[in-house]
Amino acid sequence: MITTMEEKPHVPAAPRKRKVPGWAVAMIGVAGAIALLSITSMQTGFPQLTSSGTTQTAVRLMLPILLAGLGGLWAERAGVVNIGLEGMMIMGTWGAAWAGYQWGPWAALVAAVVFGSLGGLLHAIATVTFGVNHIVSGVAINLLGAGLTKYLSTLLFQPLSNNPRQSPPVQPFDTYSAAGLADWLGELEAGQRLFISDVAGILRGLVTGVSPLMLLTILLVPLSYYLLWRTRFGLRLRSVGENPHAADSLGVKVYFHKYVAVIVSGGLAGLGGAALVLNPGQLSYLEGQTGGRGFIGLAAMIFGNWRPGGLLGGAALFGYADGLQLRSGGETVLALVYGVVLLLGVIVVWQLIRRKWFSAAAAIVVAVLLYLLYISLDEIPGEFVSYAPHMVTLAVLAVASQRLRMPAADGLVYRRG
Amino acid sequence: MSSPTSVRTDDPPAVVLTGITKRFPGVVANSDVHLTVRRGEVHALCGENGAGKSTLMKILYGMQAPDEGTIEVNGEQVRFRTPSDAIKAGIGMVHQHFMLADNLTVQENVVLGAEALHGIGQKARKRIIELSGKTGLNVDPGVLVEQLGVADRQRVEILKVLYRGAKVIILDEPTAVLVPQEVNELFDTVRGMQEQGYTFLFISHKLDEVRAIADSVTVIRRGTTVGSADPKTVSSRQLAEMMVGSELPSPETRESTVTDTVVLDVKGLKLLTPDGSRPILDDVDLVVRSGEVVGVAGVEGNGQTELVETIMGMRKAGSGTITLQDKDLTKLGTLARREAGIGYIPEDRHRHGLLLTQPLWYNRILGYQTRKPTAKGVWLDIDGAKQDTERIVTDFDVRTPGIDVPAAALSGGNQQKLVVGRELSGEPVLLIASHPTRGVDVGAQALIWDEIKRARAAGLAVLLISADLDELIGLSDTIKVMLRGRLVADADPNTVTPEDLGSAMTGAGSTSAAVQETAVVEEGEN
Amino acid sequence: MGHLRGKLLPPALAIVFSMLLCGVALVISGANPLNAFGAMVSQVGKGTTLVDIINSTGIYYIAALAVAIGFQMNLFNIGVEGQYRVAAVIAAVVGGSIALPPGIHTLVIIIAAALAGAAWAAIPAILKVTRGVNEVISTIMMNGLAIGLSAYLIRRDVFGELRGNNIRTAEIPESGWMPGISFGGGGTMFGFIFVAIALGVGYWIMMNRTRFGFELRASGESSTAASAGGVNAKKMVLVSMLLSGAIAGLISLPELLGRDHTFSLNFTAGIGFSGIAIALLGRNHPGGIAFGALLWAFLDKSGLALDNVGVPREIVTIMQGSIVLSVVVAYEVVRRVELAAEQRRVGRELGTVGGAA
Repeated sequence: MITTMEEKPHVPAAPRKRKVPGWAVAMIGVAGAIALLSITSMQTGFPQLTSSGTTQTAVRLMLPILLAGLGGLWAERAGVVNIGLEGMMIMGTWGAAWAGYQWGPWAALVAAVVFGSLGGLLHAIATVTFGVNHIVSGVAINLLGAGLTKYLSTLLFQPLSNNPRQSPPVQPFDTYSAAGLADWLGELEAGQRLFISDVAGILRGLVTGVSPLMLLTILLVPLSYYLLWRTRFGLRLRSVGENPHAADSLGVKVYFHKYVAVIVSGGLAGLGGAALVLNPGQLSYLEGQTGGRGFIGLAAMIFGNWRPGGLLGGAALFGYADGLQLRSGGETVLALVYGVVLLLGVIVVWQLIRRKWFSAAAAIVVAVLLYLLYISLDEIPGEFVSYAPHMVTLAVLAVASQRLRMPAADGLVYRRG
Repeated sequence: MSSPTSVRTDDPPAVVLTGITKRFPGVVANSDVHLTVRRGEVHALCGENGAGKSTLMKILYGMQAPDEGTIEVNGEQVRFRTPSDAIKAGIGMVHQHFMLADNLTVQENVVLGAEALHGIGQKARKRIIELSGKTGLNVDPGVLVEQLGVADRQRVEILKVLYRGAKVIILDEPTAVLVPQEVNELFDTVRGMQEQGYTFLFISHKLDEVRAIADSVTVIRRGTTVGSADPKTVSSRQLAEMMVGSELPSPETRESTVTDTVVLDVKGLKLLTPDGSRPILDDVDLVVRSGEVVGVAGVEGNGQTELVETIMGMRKAGSGTITLQDKDLTKLGTLARREAGIGYIPEDRHRHGLLLTQPLWYNRILGYQTRKPTAKGVWLDIDGAKQDTERIVTDFDVRTPGIDVPAAALSGGNQQKLVVGRELSGEPVLLIASHPTRGVDVGAQALIWDEIKRARAAGLAVLLISADLDELIGLSDTIKVMLRGRLVADADPNTVTPEDLGSAMTGAGSTSAAVQETAVVEEGEN
Repeated sequence: MGHLRGKLLPPALAIVFSMLLCGVALVISGANPLNAFGAMVSQVGKGTTLVDIINSTGIYYIAALAVAIGFQMNLFNIGVEGQYRVAAVIAAVVGGSIALPPGIHTLVIIIAAALAGAAWAAIPAILKVTRGVNEVISTIMMNGLAIGLSAYLIRRDVFGELRGNNIRTAEIPESGWMPGISFGGGGTMFGFIFVAIALGVGYWIMMNRTRFGFELRASGESSTAASAGGVNAKKMVLVSMLLSGAIAGLISLPELLGRDHTFSLNFTAGIGFSGIAIALLGRNHPGGIAFGALLWAFLDKSGLALDNVGVPREIVTIMQGSIVLSVVVAYEVVRRVELAAEQRRVGRELGTVGGAA
């Protein structure tokens, strides 16, 4: 009978109870990741997995991805898909090199932000004012960014460096290390004790050779969170990405917020370009140097479910895989596969507890396949290791794309009226 | 019913619109509109679909600028460039299509744009909780809006307006999404607020509601105001004549043409939410016979849309069978179901019925891309499509300069006539009509009703979904009430009233002999 | 028809705008734009430039067709770049490792290339259909993986061999080549150009005269209306993505069958992205795409002449980029103006404008 049926589907639910706050989840995640790496490095005999050298390289490689990802976050939270991050990043590399060889690293940062922002401005004009499809505009900006920098470097760099594809060397930032702390951590790391040595190695990597850019970038993550989620400006910006019509009806300046978001997005991507140019290994503009990192940044953002914390995790993961390969080669990366098998083992147990039989079975199958891969190979071919982020992204999207939540009006062209 | 005591006639009027004109490409939406709203009254603005009510309110709310005319608020002339200007002048609007961001919390939705008042933190939260009572909203401000039902969403909209300190509140077709009982609750809220000095502009084309709530009425027809009336003395019929210039069409069907031939037979149909957690359709049994119109009543969001889309094969049923004239459709795709003889008038013609930028004849092919006269094998028959489009334009009185204009250039009523004409082509045995006259003018409405009646007399089986309870009662031979994914009651259209249906739709139980609750399993038909 | 003006005006505006933009850039950098443009035009008559332009047009044409098939249904196959790269390696490996009679050998290579392109496109297609993964992201990721895969496949311990300083696949024997038309000193036109033309004709027929073309366009215009009209969205995604990938697989064949006969590190990259630009410029229309491909090829090949007048030839890339961006803006503006004009016209003819007054 009608009166005895289950409760209304639309019953206003009680406020969602998050048993564990976000920062605690993050801490647990970090601790879990370190524990996983620690066990993996012990089982496979590759201490490089958690060495300070690997960590240091990983952080440097993470910066451009993180900055591009933050750029993507800003734009997409305001509802503009930014495939043009790559082009804006390229413009940033050129700007950084151009200002950097003349006036030093700080000028490089400023110029990179300015050049990237110009790319963002162009994207905003096309997508917001003229209502061009976001993907189309992004692709065009990638073409334009690459073309513009090629032209400008032939024009301005070639006379100085005798190479149209490279700028004169750029002066790097001074780096700082917490010397006493690093030495003490170094002793711990050398001790080869499970977990303690691993943590020490990672921390030592984090406190050695720190550049101002590194600090700035890391600070930009909480800063972005604060601005986007804890201020009135951020609320308006996000509302524009969720429902621009509603925002407009309440007097929120939709176009203005989209413009700001996309310009900031370009500036962050440009800064990511500067991070590439100012990387101690390169210290100059080099044609093709971004190598798709703008796209990887976007992937990191998706990996992080359009949240700053998740994005940091994604960028760290991708930077780590890259750094590991660069420092220690394909066989160490193979050890990571072992780590993934361990992780899947944990997931299987978790899914079994939650009685999700299908997920558990799928995880078991994948784990077995990966384990077979691990024992049958000697190393992961270097050609593929650089593309680990791509594979991880595809895997994440395939497994979790239904659970990811992008802003509701993301990628939609908004017209007033 | 109304409380004239709160209407203050000595003060300057709350809102005066003078000579407002607004042109769009191809149409004049408003032409020389005059409207005076006294302070503290509920002023109704009546007019049929497409008469220009919504445009006028968008002008008053600063979303669109008038081409001519002036706006006065509290005796002062104002110019609104954006909604913020209107909000500052104390005008708030509750939109017909809710303006809420699902993925933001109630609090975020409310404070958005008005952060300067109480910030976005604890102070704002306190203020929202204080105001919630006035609107009857009883949820935590931290809840995401996507978790709220329709009535609560409307309360959030009213809350938004209150939070900004609006004194004049525009309610744009607020009852369209509500059942009669919820309408009563809304009216209680409105009266309560009216006593506290709020002024309301109530936009509607439902004349009974207008007479129940309004202190005065202004009628708008074809973009211009044609007169005012006192709701206490005017009859619905007189109002209707002012609205459309003649008597309103009635959906009444006369003698029954129901036969014994079962056309559509749905058994045990189940559909789960995408994550599989909750049933959207729960064990639905439904029979439609040749010459019969079966109406499905229900509050929006109770599974009617999904029922139609599942029968059409646009959603994949979890279990159950769908049979059309002894042919099992359960495993077939949408195209095969259409080929088997289903015509489909979707509830949203822009999203599901038309390719808006394509010419009319190209739209004729949609859904008929495998059949004569629009296709021959894998090839399109463009000449055939054009000829048949000409036929529809003539037979269904589609007002258009030609069949090469894009569908978007037609008015809503003419677009809908094109869709109806197309879906009655190809000799369907079953017509699924979802809100067939939603948002169309009276002329198109009358024509569409006539065509449905004519097809029914010729033996067509019709499954009718409508939120317009008069239309549902008038056209149907049988009415089923849908609640939370189940068909929970049968009603006899000859005796049932909209109020009876309303209480069955909300699950308040039957209040009339005309509505018979059906047991949950099996006993449904007959 | 007034429609024609709406179709031709935006590209013309875009080209003029881009020329002005680049002219200004040249003036700022101290060069004479008229000299530069003159050098480009006169370059067409020199040496093999004309034939090079035609050859390049054919390649771009195929690439843009591949992109356009996806675009027709709002499917952004950004992955053409990766699809043709993978197809090129596999076609080269297959062609170099089998011996068949002439003609059949070529045909097998073509089929292998189409299948490889389709297979690479199948991954994002399947991810989209089964898991709802956005194809833009997945195809971008597949592009990266394609570079990795091709680099791996031409390793010497896999399928590669070292010739001089270059690593490449085994050379395709002559039976697998496709003969071209020689103009002596003017160069040799690829025989595959004719395949490209045939593809264009087939594409037009498919889009305008077949049920599949109708369903593709309907899906692109409104996926919801198409699905209510009985178009199976998932099938359309799958089929159009595979078709797009298969055509993308053919992009490298003019060069592979007509000139290089091997896949090496000198592989011409970036055509997939140019294809996106050209498809946008040509509005997915086979004629428009042909024009766009010709323009792109002209800019590429004639741009070489700029070095002679002391202008960096990269200015051409800026021009291409600005053409794309300004053409999409121009199309959007013209589309809006035309829709409003159409609504006005309908309003006038039906008398609703006067009626309400």
